[in-house]
Amino acid sequence: MRINFSKIIIFSFVIFLISVFWMGLKKDNNYSTKNLTGSEIGNFKLPSIYSSDIISEEALKQNQFTLINFFASWCAPCRLEHKYLIKLARQNKNIKILGVNFKDKKKNVTNFLNELGDPYDYIVEDRDGKASILFGTYGIPETILINKELIIIKKVIGPLDQTQYEEILKLTQ
Amino acid sequence: MIFKKIIIIYFLLSSSLYCKEASLELIEIYKNLRCIVCQGQSIADSNSDFASTIKLVVKDQIKEGKTEEEIYNFLISKYGEWIVYKPTFKKNNFFLWFLPYFIFILGGLIIFIIIKKSKHNRAN
Amino acid sequence: MLSNIGSILIFCILSSSLLIICNSCIDIKIKNQLIKKNIYNLSLFQTTATALSFFTLVAGFIFSDFSMINVYENSHTEKPLFYKIAGTWGNHEGSLLLWINILVLFSYLFLIFNYKHNKKFRLYTLIFQNFLIIGFVIFLLLNSNPFSSIYPIPSEGLGLNPILQDPALAIHPPLLYVGFVGCSIYFSAAIASILSEYNGKQFALSIKSWVQISWVFQTLGITVGSIWAYYELGWGGFWFWDPVENASLLPWFAISALMHSVMVLEKRNTLYEWVIILCLLTFILSVTGTFLVRSGILNSVHTFASDPSRGLYILIFLSLMILTSLIIFFKKRKRDTYNFNSNSKETFILANNWFMIFFLVTVLIGTLYPIFLDVLTNTKISVGPPFYNIVIIPFVIPFLLLMAIGPQTSWINSKKNYLFKAIYILVGALVINLFLFFFFGNYGLYSNLILIVATFLILHSIIDVKKSLKKKFEYPRIISHLGFGFLIFFIGVNYQHSVETDFNLRVGETKTTNNYEIFFENIKIKKNKNYKSIIGDFKIIDLKKKNVQYLNPEIRIYDKPETLTYEAAIKSRVNSDLYLTMSNVSRSDFYNIKFQNKPFMIWIWISALMIALGGIVQLMLKKNEN
Repeated sequence: MRINFSKIIIFSFVIFLISVFWMGLKKDNNYSTKNLTGSEIGNFKLPSIYSSDIISEEALKQNQFTLINFFASWCAPCRLEHKYLIKLARQNKNIKILGVNFKDKKKNVTNFLNELGDPYDYIVEDRDGKASILFGTYGIPETILINKELIIIKKVIGPLDQTQYEEILKLTQ
Repeated sequence: MIFKKIIIIYFLLSSSLYCKEASLELIEIYKNLRCIVCQGQSIADSNSDFASTIKLVVKDQIKEGKTEEEIYNFLISKYGEWIVYKPTFKKNNFFLWFLPYFIFILGGLIIFIIIKKSKHNRAN
Repeated sequence: MLSNIGSILIFCILSSSLLIICNSCIDIKIKNQLIKKNIYNLSLFQTTATALSFFTLVAGFIFSDFSMINVYENSHTEKPLFYKIAGTWGNHEGSLLLWINILVLFSYLFLIFNYKHNKKFRLYTLIFQNFLIIGFVIFLLLNSNPFSSIYPIPSEGLGLNPILQDPALAIHPPLLYVGFVGCSIYFSAAIASILSEYNGKQFALSIKSWVQISWVFQTLGITVGSIWAYYELGWGGFWFWDPVENASLLPWFAISALMHSVMVLEKRNTLYEWVIILCLLTFILSVTGTFLVRSGILNSVHTFASDPSRGLYILIFLSLMILTSLIIFFKKRKRDTYNFNSNSKETFILANNWFMIFFLVTVLIGTLYPIFLDVLTNTKISVGPPFYNIVIIPFVIPFLLLMAIGPQTSWINSKKNYLFKAIYILVGALVINLFLFFFFGNYGLYSNLILIVATFLILHSIIDVKKSLKKKFEYPRIISHLGFGFLIFFIGVNYQHSVETDFNLRVGETKTTNNYEIFFENIKIKKNKNYKSIIGDFKIIDLKKKNVQYLNPEIRIYDKPETLTYEAAIKSRVNSDLYLTMSNVSRSDFYNIKFQNKPFMIWIWISALMIALGGIVQLMLKKNEN
């Protein structure tokens, strides 16, 4: 009887192991933070590019929703997603867009925005990239959607596309 | 008796020779952090942009007086548990930390039983 | 044309396997002690066909025959000849062919070298080994065929990853594969032993040399891999508890445990069941390791171009292997009787196995846990060096003590009491440790203890040398245990006394630390045959010893394929290595510099090689016996 019991345990363990391996094959082994939603963004103080203001998280509390977009003029995918930001700026009065310019130069940003349009309600600069760590970003472009309580509702890693654009619209009705 | 005396004298002597060395705390922290944009490298090993930015942030936090624990918690809150190499002691990781010791004790029990059976066999 | 030859040869292997199995099944029923000649011939034919298929692939690489997809994807006409050849096994399909070669070769050699053993046992081993061969050949044909052709034939290949263009590439994979795949033969032999109800002691004698061979090669393979990582990968470390590294370490623990248990089985005809379990476990771990590495299920720095379809095949093969061996084991096993005296060598070998299994389980759990957690709870965590160090290091301390005392006990019943001798040696170890204090300074409690017991083991072994000058059979054990003691010792000192710094510097600037002054003199750009390199000139002044060294790290930009590598500048000396890497901080004129002083690195390699040397000496002694 004892032998049968341990046999059952061993066989079930083996079946369990194999099933986990099989399911593990389907998972992506690359890590992404896109599911890290629900927490509050931290406190930050970033200098504005075109004025002497300092923007902090306080300023965002008055908005219904804020879309924080991390971009740079030297980043090719940022150019691709820019049109969705323009659309969001025009169509939706609930969202205000904060652009965080990452490791860039003022002149290049100006050229970038003149060429592709300026969807941003505020633009701040993060010269050394340290502030982006405060938001939990690790590459550009990245976009974070927060609500009035500064809770992260959605994260987009990489450039925005049509599906994500529509989802953001839906979330901010 | 001699045995115990030797051990005690040894540790007394050695603790008097013990001296503090320059803290390698910074690099130890870098080694415990994982580079998110790389394939299996730590912040200490990686040459990526992300790694150099994290190093700056960690240096700042050390200057502000934060402890190692606080820095890890901060980064975990931003990036998830994946970013630290030492698994946290939370409920999720219970089996991870517990199973090896459990197997060790199990192994010890098995050997104990084997030796007992042997004594029994030889007595017969 | 080569691709056709190769494919034909593969089919030869497959058909000869099937024929061998059929003929063996028939011959088993014949109750004499002679194996039919045609089985030998088939086996020899199989070995020849397999070797020829491998040489065909090598020829394809040498002559840059891009009609084969494998050669196209992994080679280039401008590659130096040496790396063209080594590139054969530097990719998944080629290495799989090498696996099959070793499976076939060992199958044949086991058959002919074990002529003194029971016929049923030998034939069953042959049958199951050929099942394994068929499994791998089918995997090769369906999923990873190095001979599959491409049309139209491209004029140039895609090139070989520059990181793999290193002499160590020629030897690290083959060494490791002989270790990994060598386990297959005693996996098959274990099943054969159960089915033919073979005597335990005879079984031990038949597999002993094979266990030792696979152990030696596994040890060498891991060591060379670490040396390669240290010199080539630019991080100054040699072991990262990376999943791929762990995959090679798991079988090593099992083979080490097995090697010791086989001794008990041979001398005392006990622990038969446990030896069978270890034989089965070892190859299962090898194949599991292959699964983890090549399926892409884990995120690792050792990227084999991974492919989930490969993973599926290997998983199916692995499941069949595990389930079949388990079923056969449970159906036909014999219960062991235990007859140990607690103060005997058998008990100490059991203790060795106890610790080895503990280390194995720890590394296995650490490697697999992220997968389990991800599948079951959809959260991703990382398990890295801190976990393994915290769990394993404390247990190394009693383990080293046991390693020293164990060999002193006798078989069956040990009469002498070694306590006093042990105390004297312990005092010697403590004294040496105090001297180290004087010269080096800082210690932590754990490293203190580790160094004491490592020294204990070293001293004990040295004393043994004097005692055992006449007993040649003790040499292998003394050499290996001594090597292990040295390894732990040097790793311990290295870990505590490495000086590592990480800082950003511009050309012309100097960084001063407690012990060094590092002057970034200059940057040069040089064009080479297939890459462009940015070379940094660094002058390192050792403030304590007042000497000057020059180091030249490089950043290499390859064009075919486009990759960036960082070449560390390493000055290896007898007492320590100086290590410097340089990388460019993007969008600035700063360079990130990592400078390290690592004591006793060379001795770490020598110690590891010494461990393997013990095994080699034992094999040579056995050969002289025969």
